[in-house]
Amino acid sequence: MADGPVAQLLLQRLEGGDGGLDSLELASALGLEHQVVVGAVKSLQALGEVIEAELRSTQRWELTPEGQETAQDGSHEARVFHSLPPEGLVQSELMKLPSGKVGFSKAMSNKWIRVDKNVPGGPRVFRAVDSVEDLVQAKLQLVQDGEAERLSEKERNELKKRKLLSEVTLKTYWVSKGSAFSTSISKQEAELSPEMISSGSWRDVKFKAYNFSAKGVIPEGGHLHPLMKVRTQFRQIFLEMGFTEMPTDNFIESSFWNFDALFQPQQHPARDQHDTFFLKDPAEALDFPMDYLQRVKLTHSQGGYGSQGYKYDWKLEEARKNLLRTHTTAASARALYRLAQQKPFSPAKYFSIDRVFRNETLDATHLAEFHQIEGVVADYGLTLGHLMGILKEFFTKLGITNVRFKPAYNPYTEPSMEIFSYHQGLKKWVEVGNSGVFRPEMLLPMGLPEGVSVIAWGLSLERPTMIKYGISNIRELVGHKVNLQMVYDSPLCRLDT
Amino acid sequence: MPTVSVKRDLLFRALGRTYTDEEFDELCFEFGLELDEITSEKEIISKEQGDERAEGASDVILYKIDVPANRYDLLCLEGLVRGLQVFKERIKAPRYKRIKPNNGQIQRLIIMEETAEVRPYAVAAVLRNIKFSRARYDSFIELQEKLHQNICRRRALVAIGTHDLDTISGPFTYTAKPPSDIKFRALTQTKEHTACELMDLYKTDNHLKHFLHIIENKPLYPVIYDSNGVVLSMPPIINGDHSKITLKTRNVFIECTGTDLTKAKIVLDVIVTMFSEYCEKQFTVEAAEVIYPDGKSYTYPELAYRKEMVKADLINKQIGISETPANLAKLLTRMYLKSEVIGDGNQIEIEIPPTRADIIHACDIVEDAAIAYGYNNIQMTIPKTYTIANQLPLNKLTELLRHDLAAAGFTEALTFALCSQEDIADKLGMDISATKAVHIANPKTAEFQVARTTLLPGLLKTIAANRKMPLPLKLFEISDIVLKDSSRGSAFFPGRCAEVFVKGQSVGKLGVLHPDVITKFELTMPCSALEISVEPFL
Repeated sequence: MADGPVAQLLLQRLEGGDGGLDSLELASALGLEHQVVVGAVKSLQALGEVIEAELRSTQRWELTPEGQETAQDGSHEARVFHSLPPEGLVQSELMKLPSGKVGFSKAMSNKWIRVDKNVPGGPRVFRAVDSVEDLVQAKLQLVQDGEAERLSEKERNELKKRKLLSEVTLKTYWVSKGSAFSTSISKQEAELSPEMISSGSWRDVKFKAYNFSAKGVIPEGGHLHPLMKVRTQFRQIFLEMGFTEMPTDNFIESSFWNFDALFQPQQHPARDQHDTFFLKDPAEALDFPMDYLQRVKLTHSQGGYGSQGYKYDWKLEEARKNLLRTHTTAASARALYRLAQQKPFSPAKYFSIDRVFRNETLDATHLAEFHQIEGVVADYGLTLGHLMGILKEFFTKLGITNVRFKPAYNPYTEPSMEIFSYHQGLKKWVEVGNSGVFRPEMLLPMGLPEGVSVIAWGLSLERPTMIKYGISNIRELVGHKVNLQMVYDSPLCRLDT
Repeated sequence: MPTVSVKRDLLFRALGRTYTDEEFDELCFEFGLELDEITSEKEIISKEQGDERAEGASDVILYKIDVPANRYDLLCLEGLVRGLQVFKERIKAPRYKRIKPNNGQIQRLIIMEETAEVRPYAVAAVLRNIKFSRARYDSFIELQEKLHQNICRRRALVAIGTHDLDTISGPFTYTAKPPSDIKFRALTQTKEHTACELMDLYKTDNHLKHFLHIIENKPLYPVIYDSNGVVLSMPPIINGDHSKITLKTRNVFIECTGTDLTKAKIVLDVIVTMFSEYCEKQFTVEAAEVIYPDGKSYTYPELAYRKEMVKADLINKQIGISETPANLAKLLTRMYLKSEVIGDGNQIEIEIPPTRADIIHACDIVEDAAIAYGYNNIQMTIPKTYTIANQLPLNKLTELLRHDLAAAGFTEALTFALCSQEDIADKLGMDISATKAVHIANPKTAEFQVARTTLLPGLLKTIAANRKMPLPLKLFEISDIVLKDSSRGSAFFPGRCAEVFVKGQSVGKLGVLHPDVITKFELTMPCSALEISVEPFL
């Protein structure tokens, strides 16, 4: 007994017949779906040389759903013609009929109907002939009866253009006896069972070969979001490099920690309503380390610590304004301030990966919320060369080995460097991150000892994720509108391969 | 980052050589600029308005160059060329000089106390015997525009007015008047208007409408008159037509008014240093006197050269190189910072020119030395900083929970922290005042009205957007919510929900969602949820 009754029937027919048979004909003879017969052919093919099957494709004309309707009820133009009473119909009324629009223009060009524009109540449509012959319907009925070949190619193409007919390609098999043909094929086992193991029968049974082109069954289970998978990898990299995670569990921040502490002047464009979400309620932060705040104020307005300062009127009201943090550097500032309060100073390596907010124009690569990745090292005697060295190691762990550095400007780092990596696909250098040495005007007011340098770098989490998972629109990655299938299907994340 | 658009061929002529696009891109990279785009006027118009409109437009090649936001001296062709030529040691940095007028008649600008409430500061200078060409004139206008957009903060901090000095006569008066009392013919207008009329007129002007808010609601508007009552300008909105500069203008009176004196001085310095190149006595600027209401008098432009002393050791140590002091001085000189070794041979004296307002600390000097040395020539080393890594307990627990939730068959959603009031209140059957939500002052759309107080709406919206997916849908999210202080409402079906207690402490709720909630999120299937706070488990 072969796999299933259909395969068995197929073998019997082959044995009795001469030469071969067509899978479609067999299907209609057996009253089965063609796909069922194809399945049987494929399962017999998998057994080896039992049968030979030759794939044939034939073209066939079929009615579209609209074509079927036309074959039954007549063409739109005929339906329009028949719906006209002897006294005619107002054109606007006619257009409301289901066949109105298409039928009207066709019937006009067939000269079946005419329009009289000079009647009270608006243009009116009348029959122009007594009776019509609906050739379109007749032709479609021919196709329906399997006599499409009686239509000329021109006629068929016209109907195809009207989307009444479509040409379908049908794949069938011509099946004939193979060199090892037999109607009695021993059953092949698909699975190794516990009984086979205990009885030892596995020694004698034949096992069905795997069908490697089968899709397989996806195991049911939960799935992690790809952006979070990438986040996990970045955390791992920082931990491997000895970096401690900073607390970032406060989306709300004061302008003071988000900007002023970073020596970002109060007139800086980033502090504009157009770029930052400010809070209406609670609008202001009240609690600051006042002696530190005083030092920040002086550094901005008058300079100090070797700096000229920005020489402007620094306002506490501006620093009090609450906002949704625009960068995780606000959290880094808090961490560095805490570090500065520890005496004696001990070196630190920090990192964070968390959400930030920008009130900007949204597009395919920008959302109002995104994640930032940030690394910070504080120690005596750190150099620009150290920053580059650590960045090289970091990016190597991401699988990016070819990096170079471009001078840049950031308000709170000096020197500043943008990190570029050579993109093989785009054949050009693309920016992959931003970095720098925090300005002394930021560090010294915190109370960090002179001589301690703090190097830092940052990048977005979304961009590497989009590159890794081949997603070009950020809206397909983040937010409630994403297709969960994307989450289900996203493979595991290995950044260094 | 501001972008400066320059004609390629003009740029190459000024640089005295041509480059391939790749070579020029490389030069920009090294210097900290970015060759952002190579285009033409025709291409720009065709991209923005279609091919037909672009017909006949110029196809002269334009380089669009991104300039660091603090380098105001590179915002025009003149400055870019000067910076690059000095960097490549093809020219020495010119020295800018403030001079007295030949006839001894210094131009005066008198500030009246009425300006105090609206725009209290002003500075001024004269470019004497300048020669404009079409290209120079365009660049002059364009630089003002770039300065207005950047350091001037869209004219809020500083506004620039430039005038043909030969059409007006000093002393000039900077005052503030009720808008109905100000009447003049504004630039490009054919007749006189009052300030009120002008403000109305400009409401529909795509360029000027953005600046109106700066003075709109002030009782007095700033205005500058000459000694005959001719209006020079009504800052920060518009200049008078009478004193407008043309290609034939030979003497330019420049005034900058503002609310930030430091920036006004910088802006004036940048304009005069850039364009004194075209004066008969190159790189000289004629002084002007500004008299404040208290009678104090100041002479502008400042064109101040400041000296800084930095140890060679410090530069080497901060970059991670070991160059001789003489070499470092040479590197800095290439960055437009004339430097020499003095004293014990380890001190470098650096002169900060008026064009380099961005240099405010030794660290700025260190950066320039590093740029001239070449970032990519610096030896990379790994810091010896030894530290033990620690995970944040909250994130450590979150990671563990996420993996086990996924293993239990739940799929991770990632939803927005901002949402509408409706999402966290009405739709969950709660009043917004009961949510203790944090409200955003300036949301552009309703989607950004509040920070979420619960993760539930995000998950329900995810399900609503995925109604085509096979059921059951099992989702989870672990992320932050924002509450002014703790409070939680109930979106659950009465009798089908429970509060979750751990060691006697309430940590959240679970249950079947209220049918009203389900309906409001446009769902039709029953839905159950568990929401707990992770923090009590730390």
